[in-house]
Amino acid sequence: MRIDTTRTLRDLAGEIASRPHPPVKISVSMGTCGIAAGTGPVLEALRTAVAERHLENAVEISEVGCMGLCYAEPVLMVSSNDGSHRLIYGDVTPQQIPAILDAGVDSIAPGTRTIERNWYYPEWETPAPGELQARIVLRNTGRLCPENLEEYLASDGYAALGKVLDTMTPQEVIDLITASGLRGRGGGGFPTGKKWQFAAARQSDEKFIICNADEGDPGAFMDRAVLEGDPHAVLEAMAIGGYAIGAHTGVIYIRAEYPLAVKRLEIAIEQAHERGLLGKNIFNSGFDFDIQIKFGAGAFVCGEETALIHSIEGKRGEPTVKPPFPADKGLWEKPTVVNNVETYACIAAIVRKGAEWFRSIGTEGSPGTKVFALAGKVAKVGLAEVPMGTTLRTIIYEIGDGIRNNRQFKAVQTGGPSGGCITAANLDLPIDYEALKKIGSMMGSGGMIVMDEDDCMVNIAKFFLEFTLDESCGKCTPCRIGNRRMYEMLDDITSGRGTPETIEKLKMLSATIKDTALCGLGQTAPNPVLSTLANFEEEYMAHVRDSRCPAGVCSKLIRYEITDRCVGCGICLRHCPVHCISGERKMRHLIDQERCIKCGVCFQSCRFHAVEKR
Amino acid sequence: MSCQCSGGCGAAGDSEKFAELDRFITELLSRGEPPERRRGNLIQILHRAQHIFGYLPEEVQKFVAERLDLPRAEIYGVISFYSYFTDQPVGRYKINVCTGTACFVKGAPKVLDEFKRQLNIREGESTPDGKFFLGALRCVGACSLAPVVMVNERVYGNMTADKVAGILAECTD
Repeated sequence: MRIDTTRTLRDLAGEIASRPHPPVKISVSMGTCGIAAGTGPVLEALRTAVAERHLENAVEISEVGCMGLCYAEPVLMVSSNDGSHRLIYGDVTPQQIPAILDAGVDSIAPGTRTIERNWYYPEWETPAPGELQARIVLRNTGRLCPENLEEYLASDGYAALGKVLDTMTPQEVIDLITASGLRGRGGGGFPTGKKWQFAAARQSDEKFIICNADEGDPGAFMDRAVLEGDPHAVLEAMAIGGYAIGAHTGVIYIRAEYPLAVKRLEIAIEQAHERGLLGKNIFNSGFDFDIQIKFGAGAFVCGEETALIHSIEGKRGEPTVKPPFPADKGLWEKPTVVNNVETYACIAAIVRKGAEWFRSIGTEGSPGTKVFALAGKVAKVGLAEVPMGTTLRTIIYEIGDGIRNNRQFKAVQTGGPSGGCITAANLDLPIDYEALKKIGSMMGSGGMIVMDEDDCMVNIAKFFLEFTLDESCGKCTPCRIGNRRMYEMLDDITSGRGTPETIEKLKMLSATIKDTALCGLGQTAPNPVLSTLANFEEEYMAHVRDSRCPAGVCSKLIRYEITDRCVGCGICLRHCPVHCISGERKMRHLIDQERCIKCGVCFQSCRFHAVEKR
Repeated sequence: MSCQCSGGCGAAGDSEKFAELDRFITELLSRGEPPERRRGNLIQILHRAQHIFGYLPEEVQKFVAERLDLPRAEIYGVISFYSYFTDQPVGRYKINVCTGTACFVKGAPKVLDEFKRQLNIREGESTPDGKFFLGALRCVGACSLAPVVMVNERVYGNMTADKVAGILAECTD
């Protein structure tokens, strides 16, 4: 049935909400990492058990997106229909399903792991103690079934679009977004309202609104979670943006590496069309809006907006000099707005609750929340959506539960290959766009890679540079050649060929590349080097001065030696792939350092801790 | 329709593959876009072509160029730009080691090295028997399972060098 007025929408939403539901709902997390961790068999076991016990009227099974509890996947949530009871189970196995069904919502199934919910929904809840996360972007992700439009409608879905088309002028929409202070969540932090204003001011027969879903930043997966878990929120926001700037076509540019997100988007677009929420004359307002999906093909630089536009046009995804900005000449030379998935995911909530409400969360300069993807050596890997201004300590130690295996925190990298590392000294800094910039890093898309004492910072810098090198489009010289030279210098340092002079050269070249590269990718490529140098210069010096890698990572700088704890069992001798260990049985063995390839097999295989890494 | 090239791709089934690609392109182009915007479909077409043929040999590039009325150099330029596309045949089992940051700090390089050692090929190469392709990709977004390896569509999490032999053994035709 077509929803042609906001009244029909309200009535339908009310009708869906009032339908009788089974008393218990079990939500199974079916995002990419959940599926990879084995939620499929868990869901299968759940369905079978419910069918065998004839519980169809007692238990509702819902496939939801990622709950952000990636460390505990497979995850499922058992909740009562009225929302009063709730249990989250982690590391669920198919064998635990009968016990979980037996326990219901009132008791915890024996032999299982339960997880406390540490988030609240600012749109309709106030935080309880310990609820450190405020979920606006992720309000539906992990809560609603992404392939069921009705669930979205019953949860105020498309109400914001209806409100905009029914009661607001395009300028009022832009003013609202401007007043909310929403800034681009893709990394730049540019005010979204301003971006829309620029494009709205241009006269043109055709305009475009693009969703940048080319989440290429390694270690960031929040956009994927939203697209997989709440695709309609993105569609609704794009339509609102289209109305505001006067565009009738939206394009979602998505990575080919996200097949599940693509599938869910395709389903959502089709559903929205069937209901008349996309297409011609939406809500009888005379506004037409359509959305197409375009695929990336594995190029990080396509996250840059001009490069992204070229890619949509079927060209090499090379960036061009701005101006002209896409708001003047974007896709097919027409005024275009490019916003990130997470930015769009805030829009409908702002329209429903108002700019003041949004501003009441977060900091003065950066209102709202930010989703961080916690990964690396942190104990609880997953998504954390927190109000801007939350400290890294809260994110890493309270939400992320500290460092794995009780190791020592060393640094956290934010902003991906364009960002920088933050040390323990800044753990208590409330973070927003400006704060991160001030300490030599950046927000970026929100990837947070936690590193411990076993990570060598020079090697990390080299890793990021290798990434940029790989992804450089080759158009401008500073990026194409400069970054290669920097990589070679870092390679020298990690191989023991570096001198203090190498470090000086590295600093100089970094400054030059920053000033002269054409686009954001090149300009920010030296950042990881600069920030590790600023914070860990001693570690660099240890490599060049003492030929020593303090973290014991750079293989060319480490030596394996057999100490007098050796009992001469011969295990290392048999395992050594290059046969460079010699020694009589029951006598202390010896490693021929000339022939040793530093693979570490002897170190790992020795049962007497007689092999030392130096 | 049949392949127009001067040999090389005469293997059975090729004409069917070209016909399939042809139908796909015709459908995309029938949407009535202005001619200058037709090339906007290029990346989608190349994705489909690679899906059909397994890679993008010269004959396919030529075919796409003719259908879109673009110079072949443009097609090649796009293929060489994007890491997803390849003009070389790849092994049936595409092993991709994620070398995103999270996987990197958790030991992906060791896993990659072990695949290289056991398969005796370098990154980006296929084994001579055409069975395995070994590549590295940047972040599949399954960072909680780091390090991650993908074999075709299947994701293996929490990888170690020790698990490499087992994964290779699972790949049986």
